[in-house]
Amino acid sequence: MLDFVQQLVSGVALGCVYGLIALGFVLVYKATEVVNFAQGDLMMLGGFFAFTFIGMMGLNYWIGFAGAVAAMALFGMVAERVVVRPILGYPQFSIIMVTIGLGYFLRSIAGMIWGTDDLKIETPFSQGVLRMGSLVLAYDKLSVIAATMILCTLLWLFFNKTTLGTAMRASSENMLAAYYMGIPVKRVVSIVWAISAAVATCAGVLLAPITFIHSNVGLVLGLKAFPAAVLGGFGSIPGAVVGGVLIGVIESMAGFYLPEGWKDVAPYLVLLAVLLLKPEGLFGLHVRKKV
Amino acid sequence: MRFLFKTDYEDDIKLFPHSGYVVSYGILIALLLIAPHVLSSYVMSQLVFVCIYAIVGVALLILTGFTGQASLGHAAFLAIGAYTAAYLQKYNVPFPVYFLAAGALTGFIGALVGFPALRLTGIYLVIATISFALIVEEILARWESVTHGNEGMRVKTLSLLGVAVPRDSPTFYYLCLAVLVLTIVGTLNLLRSPTGRAFVAIRDSETAARSMGVNVALYKVKSFAISAAITGFAGVLFAHKLSFISPEMFTLQLSIEFIIVILIGGTFSLHGAVLGAIFIVMIDPFLTYLKDDMPGIIAGIAAAFGAGTATAAEIQSKVAAFASLNGLKGAIYGIIIVLFVLFEPLGLYGRWLKIKLFFQLFPLYKRATFKRQKIYVKSERNR
Repeated sequence: MLDFVQQLVSGVALGCVYGLIALGFVLVYKATEVVNFAQGDLMMLGGFFAFTFIGMMGLNYWIGFAGAVAAMALFGMVAERVVVRPILGYPQFSIIMVTIGLGYFLRSIAGMIWGTDDLKIETPFSQGVLRMGSLVLAYDKLSVIAATMILCTLLWLFFNKTTLGTAMRASSENMLAAYYMGIPVKRVVSIVWAISAAVATCAGVLLAPITFIHSNVGLVLGLKAFPAAVLGGFGSIPGAVVGGVLIGVIESMAGFYLPEGWKDVAPYLVLLAVLLLKPEGLFGLHVRKKV
Repeated sequence: MRFLFKTDYEDDIKLFPHSGYVVSYGILIALLLIAPHVLSSYVMSQLVFVCIYAIVGVALLILTGFTGQASLGHAAFLAIGAYTAAYLQKYNVPFPVYFLAAGALTGFIGALVGFPALRLTGIYLVIATISFALIVEEILARWESVTHGNEGMRVKTLSLLGVAVPRDSPTFYYLCLAVLVLTIVGTLNLLRSPTGRAFVAIRDSETAARSMGVNVALYKVKSFAISAAITGFAGVLFAHKLSFISPEMFTLQLSIEFIIVILIGGTFSLHGAVLGAIFIVMIDPFLTYLKDDMPGIIAGIAAAFGAGTATAAEIQSKVAAFASLNGLKGAIYGIIIVLFVLFEPLGLYGRWLKIKLFFQLFPLYKRATFKRQKIYVKSERNR
């Protein structure tokens, strides 16, 4: 039983990281119908930025964190402007390829700049553990869970309660119509990319104590975040986090109870099953065109 | 130049639109046939890889270019073909049999993958094929009784009709070339058959295809099966060329390389697959060249332009350090993908067509002929 709870908590913590990356996918998808295959690599880059600020320049953790988030938000905007905007609206295949190319590029560049070693960030949470009876929970895992909940709530509020959020939803439905209604579509898209890169950075920094940062971490975790996003239904913010948590728990349980090898396959089997049985995901909108 | 006036259906489905094609392809084939007697063994080896990549490229074109179904899982099909060959070879099954068996098995699995694809479009299909590929990769690593797990499998020398065909021999090259030519001709024939036309109809508009009486589900599965089967054939050749296979050769990276092949070549023509294959195979020699010769050349140029010997040496060492950076290949791939999608969406073959059109219409060529129009995103969610 204790094992089970322990696995559950670490699964949820890992799942929250998947959820945070999936959130990035979902934000961009919600606003522009683009799936950003480089989301995991943005996360990796954010982690490296934070490492540079905190580990190499010796700044305070929180200042470094904020600096990394700001830098990555700017980077997200630049990436959107340079790479994605020229082909916005073209077949999804082209956009997927562009983001895959961007991911490749970021991965190699990060490998060139920061080397290929595993890096670690010292965080205020990395030492302590919370003991509840015989249950031991590490603070860094709990911090991931807490941060995910906060971010998720903020984003949900942003999308549903603010004018800018409404503008984003409108421009995702039909850009031209939104443009005619006076929504600055280009600026909206830029802001979405900035937010999504910032969220990815949060994921990267929070993840740093758990899995370390190296140049391929984005690819590995990004691929795990797809099942999360699909499970929750692309385009749903709570869905992304719930999907992420489910994938994390499934992975953690499969790693513990099933023979070796299932751990890596289980998320994808679940993904295929979901795609077959309920392609719109758990929280996806089921829209039907009425004629 | 020659204008093609198509006046009836027969003109539209000709294999060779006019005699110029026969002459130019004939010369190309003749050159390729005498190549092993002229070129060095290293170049021949690269040519074999070009053939294999081009076969996979053609397979992917059928699926992605002509049916409009994106797939990032073709490395898995290649792996299945390669492993089938290696496994059957252990039981002394003759080459033609396991060659066909590999194609059949891969085609069957491709059809199975095609079924989920019926309900999925766009991004969901890409994700589904990625997860299929990852699952296959994991199975190859774990199913040790058949695949030897991560240790990998040796592939014995190919023996055709009792004669050994080593992987460096001209005969092996001819074999690959023959498979490539057969694949291309087969695909050309497929594309002018009702099946191929149904594929293109599905790509252009699924709804329109359905309303014209095309059984969309059947043709999507067919497209997956055919594409996978051809990839399986390529897998057999791939296994023999490498003579050793292990799961880490068939990663997502390889699938992306195949996508790059058709993306760079051009996703609307079979020429594209071959051009893209040449391009992707040439990257490695290019990097070697960059590493070995480029620093000296750049230093030489610097010296010629009046830089002192000391600075020239400095430049040389800097360029050498840059060229031997670890991730350079990945970065080049990334840049190439982005630049091609942004600036040359029709690929290398599209560039050739543009050049040709320029000369054909010489004084009257309009610069905006191939310019992309502005498009606004319309949600695909409520289709």
